[in-house]
Order: sequence, then structure tokens, then C-alpha cells
Amino acid sequence: MKPRLVVVGHGMAAARTLEHLMAIAPGRHDVTVIGAEPVPGYNRILLSPVLAGEMTKEELQLQGAEWYTRHGIRLKLGRKATAILRGPREIVTDDGVRTPYDTLLLATGSRPVRLPIPGAELEGVATYRDLADTEAMIRASEVYPRAVVIGGGLLGLEAASGLRTRGMEVDVVHVMPWVMERQLDEAAAAVVQRKLESRGIRFHLGAQTLAIEGDRSARSVTIQRTGADPISLPADLVVMAVGIRPDTALAGAAGLRVDRGIVVDDTLLTYDPRIYAVGECVRHRGTCYGLVQPLYDMAKVCATHLAGVGSHYYSGSTQSTHLKVTGIDVFSAGDLSDAPRRQSQVLRDPVNGIYRRLVLEDDRLVGGILVGDSAGASRYADLIRTKASLGPLRKELMFLR
Amino acid sequence: MGASDAGEVRSTCPYCGVGCGVRISHAAGHITAVAGDETHPANFGKLCSKGLALPKTLSRSSRLLQPQVRASRGEPRVPVSWDVALDHIADRFAGSIERHGPDSVAFYISGQLLTEDYYVFNKLAKGLIGTNNVDTNSRLCMSSAVAGYKATLGADAPPACYEDLDHAACLFIAGSNMAFAHPVLYRRIEEARRKRPDLKTIVVDPRRTDTAAEADLHLAIAPGTDVALFNAMLHVLLAEKRVDRGYIEAHTEGFEPLERELSACTPEWAAGVCEISADDIRLAARWFAEGPTLSLYCQGLNQSTSGTDKNATLVNLHLATGQIGRPGAGPFSLTGQPNAMGGREVGGMANLLSAHRDLSNAAHREEVAKLWGVKSVPDKRGKTAVELFEALNEGTVRCVWIACTNPAQSMPDQALVRAALARAELVVLQDCYADIETARFADVLLPAATWGEKEGTVTNSERRISRVRAAVAPPGEARADWEIACDFAHRLGHQLGRDGERLFPYTSAEEVFAEHCETTRGRDLDITGLSYAVIEERGPQQWPFPEGAAEGLARLYTEGRFPTASGRARFHVAGYTAPAEVPTELFPLRLTTGRLRDQWHGMTRTGRAASLHDHEPEPRVTMHPEDLATRGVEDGALVRVRGPRGTLTLRARSSDEVRRGDLFIPMHWGGRFLAGGGVNALTISRYDPHSFQPELKHAIAEVEGVVLPHALLAMGVVADPDRALAALAPLLDRFAYASCGLAGGEYPAVILRAACANAIPEHLVAQVDRVFGFPATRGGLSYDDRSAGFSRVARRLGTRLAAVRLLGESTGSEWLVDLITQGTNVAGLGYQLLAPSAVAPEGAASRGRILCTCHDVPEARVAEGIEAGLDLAALQSTLKCGTGCGSCVPALKRLCSARKREAVAA
Repeated sequence: MKPRLVVVGHGMAAARTLEHLMAIAPGRHDVTVIGAEPVPGYNRILLSPVLAGEMTKEELQLQGAEWYTRHGIRLKLGRKATAILRGPREIVTDDGVRTPYDTLLLATGSRPVRLPIPGAELEGVATYRDLADTEAMIRASEVYPRAVVIGGGLLGLEAASGLRTRGMEVDVVHVMPWVMERQLDEAAAAVVQRKLESRGIRFHLGAQTLAIEGDRSARSVTIQRTGADPISLPADLVVMAVGIRPDTALAGAAGLRVDRGIVVDDTLLTYDPRIYAVGECVRHRGTCYGLVQPLYDMAKVCATHLAGVGSHYYSGSTQSTHLKVTGIDVFSAGDLSDAPRRQSQVLRDPVNGIYRRLVLEDDRLVGGILVGDSAGASRYADLIRTKASLGPLRKELMFLR
Repeated sequence: MGASDAGEVRSTCPYCGVGCGVRISHAAGHITAVAGDETHPANFGKLCSKGLALPKTLSRSSRLLQPQVRASRGEPRVPVSWDVALDHIADRFAGSIERHGPDSVAFYISGQLLTEDYYVFNKLAKGLIGTNNVDTNSRLCMSSAVAGYKATLGADAPPACYEDLDHAACLFIAGSNMAFAHPVLYRRIEEARRKRPDLKTIVVDPRRTDTAAEADLHLAIAPGTDVALFNAMLHVLLAEKRVDRGYIEAHTEGFEPLERELSACTPEWAAGVCEISADDIRLAARWFAEGPTLSLYCQGLNQSTSGTDKNATLVNLHLATGQIGRPGAGPFSLTGQPNAMGGREVGGMANLLSAHRDLSNAAHREEVAKLWGVKSVPDKRGKTAVELFEALNEGTVRCVWIACTNPAQSMPDQALVRAALARAELVVLQDCYADIETARFADVLLPAATWGEKEGTVTNSERRISRVRAAVAPPGEARADWEIACDFAHRLGHQLGRDGERLFPYTSAEEVFAEHCETTRGRDLDITGLSYAVIEERGPQQWPFPEGAAEGLARLYTEGRFPTASGRARFHVAGYTAPAEVPTELFPLRLTTGRLRDQWHGMTRTGRAASLHDHEPEPRVTMHPEDLATRGVEDGALVRVRGPRGTLTLRARSSDEVRRGDLFIPMHWGGRFLAGGGVNALTISRYDPHSFQPELKHAIAEVEGVVLPHALLAMGVVADPDRALAALAPLLDRFAYASCGLAGGEYPAVILRAACANAIPEHLVAQVDRVFGFPATRGGLSYDDRSAGFSRVARRLGTRLAAVRLLGESTGSEWLVDLITQGTNVAGLGYQLLAPSAVAPEGAASRGRILCTCHDVPEARVAEGIEAGLDLAALQSTLKCGTGCGSCVPALKRLCSARKREAVAA
């Protein structure tokens, strides 16, 4: 009798962990995957190309049915896990079925934040998280002329760009002074904003969203810039892209230690020695991650421990991200904050819409922003991760290819 | 003014003393093209790289267009009318003359002035004011040749002619790099070699120049030891009984004392002094005696404290072997300037009098006074160039009028010269350009017409008088030099109560020439048979050309009669004397100076043609690899050259073309192009006791490596290169090292290269940036690593790179300059343009040094051609290199034969 591994959640973290596990120790476990979405694991970061009409949803599929069959993985899709019974070691799903486990892997991901404002519950107000959201937005774009995207972060811009590509009038409302403030500095953000503006997207920066108006479905959004009068933007579709929260409901209810995310150690183990957790739902060394690279890093480590050959530790990830908007190359990695010993290298090529900034601390690269051209991105990410001493490379650093 | 709307005018090239004829095409008031004049006997249509580039030098933006005067030293100069300017000078000159006598004023003029200009200035000083204080930059150039000729042959007259190159069996070239300095004559030597492969060439030069490299015998003597060599050669000829006793008996005097002097001058002794082999001295002497031997010599002999002795002891060799006064033989002094000869003819120097008359001869003075209709002319020798600046510094000369020359670049010991100009009560500068180094010191600037705008005559090295003609009108209010001097003479005459109008009645250059001709009547250079009409009708003519003559004389002294009291030539007795400075422990190296192929003098003219910068883009000091090694300096590194009078920082070039212990720095770069003001910061002002010519060719120095890690390099295509260079010039001295220049190509660029020991201050970078159009309003590209002190900016114009500025370090400048000047499409390179990479990014290879200026052929392409098996003829037909002016042919040959040697060795 093989040990039973139950995986709750079937997003990218779960899929990647299973891929690693099957590579290291195929057939070691009896695996069951419980997923709320009705489809097997797909590549969530490619939703934007789907929204933009550059990819089909079929192309998002991570593994075909054949792969699951070959590895004897049972899929329970379209079923929501409602409870973890840690005593009997069972998972309860919304169909009342109980699935026993010897080892549990939580990969419940995160949920999009909905602003608590009047009108948030109206029809035509969407979040941008999964395939269903994406398909809803595509349908809306076929019917309605105007969209307002609340949130000028990575997802908000990708949503805005996709909807614009599908022919909608798009306004982006962002509460911060510049877009993608978590990944970009003001200069880089300006380049990105200019590029999107040149495609006809309008921006309202430093603006609060006060309310969404409409009878049954959304008709307009009221926003207010600091120190200015409120204005109303017509909107048939309102997309809220104002951040995500780790989905910890299940773990919390089961009494696992949760502090914003499910707290895990360097082997991705929770406070219950039979329960591992990976992905956006976890909090590791005080950090909750919302980008794909850390998920991959966690998956790799976690798989080794699930396989019983655990020799790796997860020590945290360098944050690096690509904005997936065709024609706008944006890469951001590492730590961009100002600190006493920090120095910056900056390259500006406004004609070609290029802005590159590398942040150095002493003789090491700690962060970087590449806009308009991401040449060298993987080498920068490596240098940031390995904290390698730059030496004479500093002189050519900006020009790596 | 003979200029019509469009057409062609025949004139003479304004550069060296070869005096090539040119055809100037002009249209709508501008000179459009220059070509060699096939009918001119000096060049038969050939021109050198400098002459061919003349149309590129005629930028008008830096021309002086209006007189300018400043009321006092601290104030800026303001534009004024000619009346105001000339009256102001007349007031000041008259005041000084009345209070301190006529010798309190002086004129410092130029071998680039036309004979007519020269004549008027000379008459103004000696005839109207009554001072012999009129000297010229020919003092730095030809005065030792003058003194040498007079000491031996009795008159300042080069006895040979260009045609002698076709008859000589041996060419003895001493202290001259003809291949660079007189290229068109050198082409004639190449032609002679082709026709007569047995033609022997001996070159005496401390450096293995292009000229020396092609010689059959190169005597690489220690700098300044020529007299020892010449005396030893004559010693050999005496010992081997190769002298022409018959000629000595019949036509010379003073041989016995010379024989006594020479007895100790054995070739072994000279070999020690000159640091060459005694056998080579013997061989040279034998070839010389066989003859016919034509000596060709220039600044290597002249610019020396023993310049007169060097010239005269070389003439001794000709007299002792009878190698004079016949085809293919004679001592032939090559002239550095287009009209040093004309200046000597009118007596326009402080120790000369009109038409080769003698200042110390009362009868001669009386003749001149009578010709001019004045009571007397002054008898006391005036201040020669160095003395003149010393006198300004001491305050004994108070007012100086400088015309058509640039002493704040060209005089030795610049510290002294600049102090003198700052000390002078009044400095008048009459020039065509406003941006020359001396302009900074001028209280009055007078705008002069320049080449292509002036009428007159010049005399070339072979005594041939050619017309210089105007093709276009001078810009603004610029006037001909002689006219300015006449106008001033009238005004000064009024102030002094003398009749200036009567002395200076001229209404044209032709009238001045006619009066000059009259002063030569009966003299050795009698040209009473010449007039503008005769030259117009029969072309350029050699002197003498007395009234009634059908033509001038090709050669002088064919009968063995000389213009001395006895009619005999005089042998000159002189022993070897060391240069003014000998190496010391502190300054163990010998610094010598010279010319580059594509530049002339202080680059006032050639420096404006971008293509003429390409052969030698950056100022360099050439030194022997071992001397560099012992100082731990790499080839191409920056070094500081220190001497007793100053220092200069520039790049080192390692080459065994120079001897161990010797340095070579070209003379051209002055304060407009190089921080520290050029080689004359180091040269010495000690001069020859007979010719008063300073020893520009020899000074002592030491070289040390310098660490200047903070580089600044800016280059770009600018709307007005002249204005950009003028804006950069005052910034140069704020860097430890800085040089600026141009780079040729389809899109000529301005370049500044600079370096400092410490970080370069931002405000200075900003000043440089402004010149190159930074910060860019459009097409900009920037890279900044502020805390490391690196920053790079570029400006693009469409798909071309227009300008870059590199701060902190300058890796990649070689390929960047090519991208700019070739107008390469850089769209595909993106921001990689700013990559500090020694190798160009894909599609942007560096062309390297340009060898052929005429056809813009890089040395690298020539090397590829040779590698592919092309010989000289094939290179010329495929790449076209060496088919323009031919100045690069010696270098092409050298590369071809080097390849052949390698092949043989392999």
C-alpha cells in the first residue's frame, strides 16, 4: 500500500510540484488532486495573452490527460475542498466525499481583492484571476464598448492592454502616483505608461475609486484625484485588479498556523508534519509571494521532501517578473528600494522606449528594471540570486545580452 | 578685384615653398574647387594632400570680419570701423615713438605674406617710422639658410632649381623629411628614381622618416651633429684626394684654414659624435664627390644654434667638389613657407635691407633712402624674433603689430612669448582668423583678406616668382594686408608730421610690385625685366630677370663667379658645437620636432579640413620602445614630457623610427588643439649667433608615465566645426590631458579627448556637452553609473549616430568615431552603441588609421590587400590609395616590402 498524497488546489504551484515529484519519484505515492476549477492545471501567467487573443486557452494546458493517466494521478476537478480533518487525516469536498491522506499538499493559491465600495456587487464588475474571469472579460468585450480597470499593477495593465486589443475604450484608475510601483521606479513606469497611452489607454493616477454606479449592471465609475473634484467614467465592464490575498480559509479552519499566509518552514512544511504547502497561499520567512518564479522555486524544493530525498532548502526567492503585454517588454527583479549603500546604473533610450536601471549594493547586483528591452534579464536574475561579486563586470553590466 | 560670378583663376598654393600652381574654381563668391595647374613649372598639375584639401579649409565662421578694439586689457574687444581702429593704433604708435623713440615699436610679420605686403610693411618700418624692428616668422624658418648662403656664396640665392632633380646622380637630403614637408618635389624624386634606378639618395636625419626609409643610405646622426658629419665627409674627400683642386683654385678662397680645421675631423671622430659608423661617413663622402650631387635641406639644418655653420659647412662640400653651378648639382635650400623667399628679397627682416642689400653698408642704406625718397634709413640692426619678444617682456619694445602669423603657437619657449604678449602695451593682430592662439592677447584685431582673396606675387624655393590671384572677394570688411599697412602709414604719417601719402601712393598690388622691381636694379636678384604683364604673358619666372632679358636664370654661378668682393666663393671654417642644451641626469632625452604629412604650421588652415586630421588623429610623442620600457610605459599610454621650460602631456607612440634617447613631437599642435600649448612649451629660444634663428629642433626633456584614470571623450557632427573647436580651445587647459581635432569622412566630426587624475567636475562636463549638442533634445541615449564616475550619452539623427560623450573611460571610441563619420545606420545597434566594448557591436567594425587621405583608405584595408597578394600597382588600381596626391606611396611601399620580407623569412 503506497502512501496517499492528496493535493488541494490545482494551480501552477501544485502542477509544478507534481511534475518534479513524478520526475524524481514516480509511483512513490498514490496521488489525488482536488481542484475547484473544472479544468486541469493550466499556466495562469498566460491568461493575458489569451485575453489579448494571442493564444487559445488550450495552449495553456500544462499537462495532457495522458500524463495524469500515465502517472496514475486521480483528478477531482470542479470540487471544492471544504475541510481538513487533521485527526482522521481526511479532506472533505463539497460533494460530501471524504478523501483520506497520508501526506497533504496545500496549494490553494490566492484570491483577488475586491474593493469594499458601493456597487462592487453589480453585474459587469469582475476580477482578473482565472480562466473563467478571462472568458467573462472576453465575452464582455464583444458586447460592451467601455471598460474601466481599477489597479495599475502588473495584472491591471495586462487586463487593460488585452481589453484595448479587443477594441474596448479603456481607462485605468490607479491609486498610486505611478503604475506598477512595486516593480518599477517612476521613470520606468513613465515609459510603460507612454507606450500604453500610445495605444489609446487612458490613465488616472493618484486616484481613489469611490463607487461603481448602475442599476443592475455597472454603468460608470466615480473616481477622485487627491485635491480634485470627483469625476465619473462611463464603464460597462469594471475590472478590479487591486491585488491578491493568500487563500488560507481551509488551513485556518483546520487550525494550521496562518499569518497572512500559511506559515511554512524551509522545507515547505506547515506546523502539521503531514501537511506541506506551496505557492501563493504560503508565508515563508515573513514573505508572501505573488509571482511565478518563487512558486517554481518552492515546488522544486517541496517535491524533494515529498519524494523522501529532501536535501534542499527553500531560502526565499528573488522577485522577478515579466509584464506580458506584447510589444512592451518589462522585466523587474530583486530589490529596487533606496538604501544607504545602494547605487544605480541607469540607461535611457526614449526614442526606442527603453529604460534600464540596475541597483547595486557594494559590488553586487541587488535589483533591476528593464523596460522596452529585456536583454540580459536571466543573467541579471542569476547575479541577483547568487549575489556574485561583479568586479570588472560592473563596467559592462548594463549591456549584457 | 578680378573676381566675376563664376570661373577659374590661376594662383599659387599657400603652403610650403615648393610654390605649386593651382587652378581655383569659384562660383557665387565662393571657392568651389582647387586643382593643380598643369602649366606651372613647380608642379605640372600635381598637388599634395594639403593642397588638394584647400577647399575644405575655407570655413568662414571663424573669419575675422570687422576690426575689433579693446580699451583696456580686462575688457572685451568691441567691433569698430576701420577708421576708429587704425586711428587708435596710429595714436598709440605715434605716442610711443614720440616718447620712447622709433625702436619702441615693432612689426612681426610672416613668410605667408605676399611680396607686396612684405614690401609695404618693410617700408613702413624702415622708411616711415625709422626702425629696423620688423622681423618675421621666416626667422624661425630660413634665416640660417640665408646666413649660410651669404657666408659662402656671397648672396642669399639658392643656386639650383627643381629641374636639377632630373640631372642629379646623388641626392644628399639633410634635415628634411621631404616626403611629408615638400611632397610634390618628392614625387619628382620618385619619378627620377623610376627613370634612373641608379640614382643614389643619402638622407641625414636622426629619425627614420618616410624620406629616410627610402634612401640608399640613411645616416641617423645624433640630433644637432650635422657639422661634425659634413666636416668629416670633407676630411675623407681630402684624404682620398677626391676634392676638385681645379675648382677650388679658380673659384674659391679660404680653403687652407679650412683644411687645417678639418685635419682632426676624422670619420672615426665624427662617428663618435654623430653616433653612426665611420664607414657610412666614408661611403656618403664618396657618393657625394662622384656627383653630380644636389643637396636638399631644410629645418634640420636651419633651426639650430649652429644653423649657419650647418648650412655653410654643407656648402663647403659643394665648393670643394665643384658640385655647384651645373645641372644636377648645388646646395638647394628648401623653403618652409610660400614666400619666405619674397620676404628676403624685399629685405623684410630686422637684419636685412631691400633687394639683398646690407644693413651695415652705408652706401646700401643711402641707395635705399634715395629710392624711397627719405633722408635716411636706420642702421642699427632691429630686434629679431626672439629678441623682439624678449624686448616686449622687458618693456623696451612697447607696441607690436603682428600680421599673418601666430607667435603664441609657433615661437619657441611659449612661457616667454605669452608673458611678453601679456606685458606689451599694445598688441595689434592682423589676421584672417579670429580663433588663433595669438588672438587671445590682441588689443586690436584687424581683419585681413586671405588666400583666394588677394592679389600679389610669391617666390618659391627655386627663385621662381608666381602670381597669387583673387578668385573671390574677402568676406565682411576684410582687406588686403598691404592696403591695411598703407592706410595705417597715411594716418601715422599725419601724427608724426611725415608725408605718408607720398611714401605710400599705391592703389594696387601691381604698383607695389613695380616699385619693388625698381629697388632690385643692378642687384644679384635684378628683376627689372619683370612685371605682372610679363608673368601674365609668359608664366612664372625665375630671378634674376633684368630688364631686356628673355628669361630668368635656371642656375646661378655657372661661370664660377660669385657675388663677393673678390668674385670668389668663400669656404666657411667652423667646428662642431653641441646644441644649446645637452642631456642631463634630470633631462636625459633629446627632443626634436618636425612635420606631419597632412598638417602645416600651426594648423590655422589645415586644421579646418577634417580629412587632414585622419593620418595622425591625436597628438603623440614618438619614442624608442626601449626608452618606453625602462620607464614602464606602454605604447599608446599618456605620458608627461617635462623639460626645463615646461611640460606637455600627450600619448606615447612606440617606434624604432627614432633613436634611443630621442623624442619626436610634431610642431603643429598648439593651444587650439592641445592642452599645454604644444611642443613649443618645451622648445628653447636660444638662437644662432649669425642667423638669430632659434633652436626649435633640439631641447632636452624627460618622459614619465602619468596616471589619468578619469577620461572624457566627446565627438560628434556639429553644425559648425570651427565654432565648436573655438568653444573647446579655452577648456583644454582645464584637463591634465586634452586634445581636440576633427575626423574626416562623409560626416566630418569634431573630437575632444581628455583625461584627469581626479573625477572631472560636472560643470566642466556640461560645458563640453553643450558644444556637442547635449543634453540632446531629440534622439538622445544615455547611460549613467554616477557613483562609479561613468556616464555616456549619445545623440542620433534619424538612423545616424550624430554625437557621443563618454565620461570616466573611453573604451569603444575607435569604432564610435567610424560610425559617426561614415554615417552608418545604427538603428539596429540600439543602446549597445554605449557599450564600453573594445570591439564594435555586430555591424560596426572600426576602420582604424586612415592611410590615404585623398581616397579615404584605411591602413587595415591596405594590409588586407597585401595579404591577398596585391602589390603596389594592384593596390593603387583596386583601392585607389596612393593615386591622389601620392603622399602615402612611401608608406604603401614600406608595407608591401615588409610583407615581402616576412614572406622571405617564412
